[in-house]
Amino acid sequence: MFLHDIGIIPGGTKSGAPTSDHPAILNLSRRGFVAGTSLFVVGVALVGCSSYVEPKIDPNAIDLPKAGPSPLMEVKGGDATPALWIAIEENGAVKITCHRSEMGQQVWTSMAQIVADELEAEWDKVEIVQAEGHERYGDQNTDGSRSVRYNFHRLRIAGAAMKQMLIEAAAVYWKMEAADCSASQGLVSNNQNSDTLSYGNLAKLAARLQVPEESNVALKDPKDWRYINKEIPSLTIPRITRGEGTFGIDVDRPGMVYAVVARPPQLFGKTGAVRDTATLAIPGVLQTVKLPDPSSPAVFQPLGGVAVVATDTWAAIQGRNALKINWIDGPNASYDSDTFAEQMKQTARRSGAVRRKRGNVASALASAAQKIEAEYYAPHLSQSPMEPPAATAEWDGDKLECWACVQDPQATRQTLSDLLKIDKKNITVHATWLGGAFGRKSKPDFVVEAALIAKEVGKPVKVTWTREDEVRHGFYHSVSAQRLEAGLDADGKCTSYLHRTVFPPIASTFVPGMDVPTDGEMGLGATDVPFAMPNLQVESGNAKGHVRIGWLRSVSNIYHAFAVQSFAAEMAHAAGKDQKDYLLELIGEARTIDPNAEGATYPNYDASLEEYPIKTARLTNVVNMVSDMAKWGRKMPAGHGLGIAVHRSFLSYIATIIEVAITPEGALTIPGVWLAADSGTVINPRHARAQMEGGTIYGLSNALFGEITAKNGAVVQENFPSWRVLRMGEAPRAFEVQIVNSNSAPAGVGEPATPPAAPALTNAIFNATGHRIRTLPIIGANGSRLILPTDTSARGKE
Amino acid sequence: MTINLNVNGKTETVDAAPGTPLLWVLRDHLKMTGTKFGCGIAQCGACTVHVDGTPTRSCVTAHDSLGDAKVTTIEGVTGKAADAIRKIWVKNDVPQCGYCQSGQIMAATALLAKNSNPSDDDIDAAMSGNICRCATYMSIRRAIKETAG
Repeated sequence: MFLHDIGIIPGGTKSGAPTSDHPAILNLSRRGFVAGTSLFVVGVALVGCSSYVEPKIDPNAIDLPKAGPSPLMEVKGGDATPALWIAIEENGAVKITCHRSEMGQQVWTSMAQIVADELEAEWDKVEIVQAEGHERYGDQNTDGSRSVRYNFHRLRIAGAAMKQMLIEAAAVYWKMEAADCSASQGLVSNNQNSDTLSYGNLAKLAARLQVPEESNVALKDPKDWRYINKEIPSLTIPRITRGEGTFGIDVDRPGMVYAVVARPPQLFGKTGAVRDTATLAIPGVLQTVKLPDPSSPAVFQPLGGVAVVATDTWAAIQGRNALKINWIDGPNASYDSDTFAEQMKQTARRSGAVRRKRGNVASALASAAQKIEAEYYAPHLSQSPMEPPAATAEWDGDKLECWACVQDPQATRQTLSDLLKIDKKNITVHATWLGGAFGRKSKPDFVVEAALIAKEVGKPVKVTWTREDEVRHGFYHSVSAQRLEAGLDADGKCTSYLHRTVFPPIASTFVPGMDVPTDGEMGLGATDVPFAMPNLQVESGNAKGHVRIGWLRSVSNIYHAFAVQSFAAEMAHAAGKDQKDYLLELIGEARTIDPNAEGATYPNYDASLEEYPIKTARLTNVVNMVSDMAKWGRKMPAGHGLGIAVHRSFLSYIATIIEVAITPEGALTIPGVWLAADSGTVINPRHARAQMEGGTIYGLSNALFGEITAKNGAVVQENFPSWRVLRMGEAPRAFEVQIVNSNSAPAGVGEPATPPAAPALTNAIFNATGHRIRTLPIIGANGSRLILPTDTSARGKE
Repeated sequence: MTINLNVNGKTETVDAAPGTPLLWVLRDHLKMTGTKFGCGIAQCGACTVHVDGTPTRSCVTAHDSLGDAKVTTIEGVTGKAADAIRKIWVKNDVPQCGYCQSGQIMAATALLAKNSNPSDDDIDAAMSGNICRCATYMSIRRAIKETAG
């Protein structure tokens, strides 16, 4: 063993650390080097009593063939070139680039788990570098619950390729075969002895090696994972508990001033005469800036209006309050959401465009032993992340640098380029931490505001949206009206099913006059319905958008799952059967569903149906799991009820059971929630459970209280009293989540718990009271209790 | 108008307009951004600080009304309750996005300092003024009880 020690202690100093003054020594052959220094080193080794001291590698002192271009640019998910994702510093720090936005889903931790596992990095050496917005990272749009799905394979490859290069570097240094070396926990070992080289020491040499081909990159067997699918603690939370970390609203730049914006109350309303005398008299107010009126389509344009710039945010808000602005009505001035709701319900009563068809629904309905029908309505919603939109912009000549809480820094950069007419190469967009997002922050209008104002002011500007701004000027979850009809045979078995859905599409924000529900939205819970009845038809009806319509956590799945899963329970009731048993009957035998084979155009969340088929067995499995968890069928106390719903979204299968307790006066509490999730391979079960809880509560908050309405084109709600969200005292007292242990491809985690929440709740209310809720919200902003019909004959009919 | 404030045991001199809420003095003047803006009308609790140990909504507390009261923020809160809350928050991964958590931690710390063994109802009463849109409510409840237990 002394010989080994001798061999790897170049320079012959006690520390074993050569200096860059002696690089030539490393060019000696191993044998010659050993011979030349053995005497001294042996002495050291004896003194040191066999303690191994790692030599320091001079990477430039080793001749290597010139490395070619990376062959890993085209792997599944995009560029997996290790250098794009991993930087190992000399001190051993492993810096992993996270190109997705951290908004509480713990994507910093999950991306690092994937890379560090395959890399065999020590976890406590891992640090995250947040990527700026740039195409080189591939998709950075942190929505659709797909950060893991899109990046699992490529980041494994990147980590594993880097590990192989570190092993190769050690082999080069030791002049031995890589096969005789192995890597573990930040060290490469020589398997023929006990020598090791640390990653920090090897990194620069490894960086000069050829990146291996994907076919030559060996991924770990899942049984050897040490971070993936383990409950690794969050990388962000320790800082959060100390008030550290920079959210979009926290950004500070030298010389920065603060702005808020007064925006037209209606979408495409215009800014008329502005009187800002009183504003400019307020201490701290520096100036006002008129912003350009937007034109249709809205896309990600700012809404126009007038910015007030001040020395602090409070002065800017005071200045805005003092503005006198003559708002000019635009094309949406007559929008009244109550009137529009009636129009949509009428549309839902007429035949629509057929989007999926099996058998002949019309004739089956006509001959059914029992026919039932129901209409459901769900209102606009606001995402309302706790951190409202906020962005900071700074110009340096024609170069623009922005810091903002954005879900998609690339789209932000593109939007800035398009709207400000500057070359993208002159724009840098830094994604900060996001204080929640839920879809709001995938729209970068607020960053454009900051850039426009900063250009006018000539200083760095931070634009902060107040809560009122966020509630009144959002990109709203679409309002919807749906009608369902079913025919049951004499045994209560469903023979025909018609689902007609009417909602202004998100595309109305991007295409003028667009009023046709898109295939994407129809595929969020309507055309992908997993029911087995012989006659099935899914239709859509058109509706125009009058406010900006946008994504909100789980999107159209919210209203589609509400209607479909409520109606499943209504069918069960009509058939005189148990909700859960009937749900399993509707889903039917284990099979794979392809909506495209029945006339649908089904995007399947941008995934192939080969890789991510719709498997009814996975639905059935989570239904059975959650039923066991909640002890479905147990005797309930008076006023208590259990309700169940199951829904596949974002390629995950989620079943939820909710217990409600309702007093005779209608006071509603939620003693328990049980949820079973099959999301395929899960990177961090603890954080996945947190998403399941959070996604469910988000859905319950919307269902119980959430409602955005509009009068004269303007949103009525203002802040948390009128836009009500669920609070601690209203949260379930118990919440149990089980994650299916699966080796299927990773699916979504952030959104799929939201859709089944509302129908599980309304189904529970039905079982507790006999009262069927078909219109959301259940309680609303001002209510304190459920309004139960006094006439018991109305029960179940509403 | 120049005023001295006692923040986290230090005397801070600030020059803000009369009536400016403590929240914006902390964030924009003192650059202490751990205290968050959520609603501006004392509805969400994101801006919670302690004033002489009492949880207080800094968004509706004029900085020039404080006199020599001791202001404690998330950056400076220490002591047995704060240490226990931070420890369990990290151990259990309580936060998600973390934005409301400064306020949650300040509220939970004040609760625990007063009541070392709170019930579910005590927790709901003390914490219902703090909104969390990620819905870490159950995690918070479990963590406070675990700390107490």
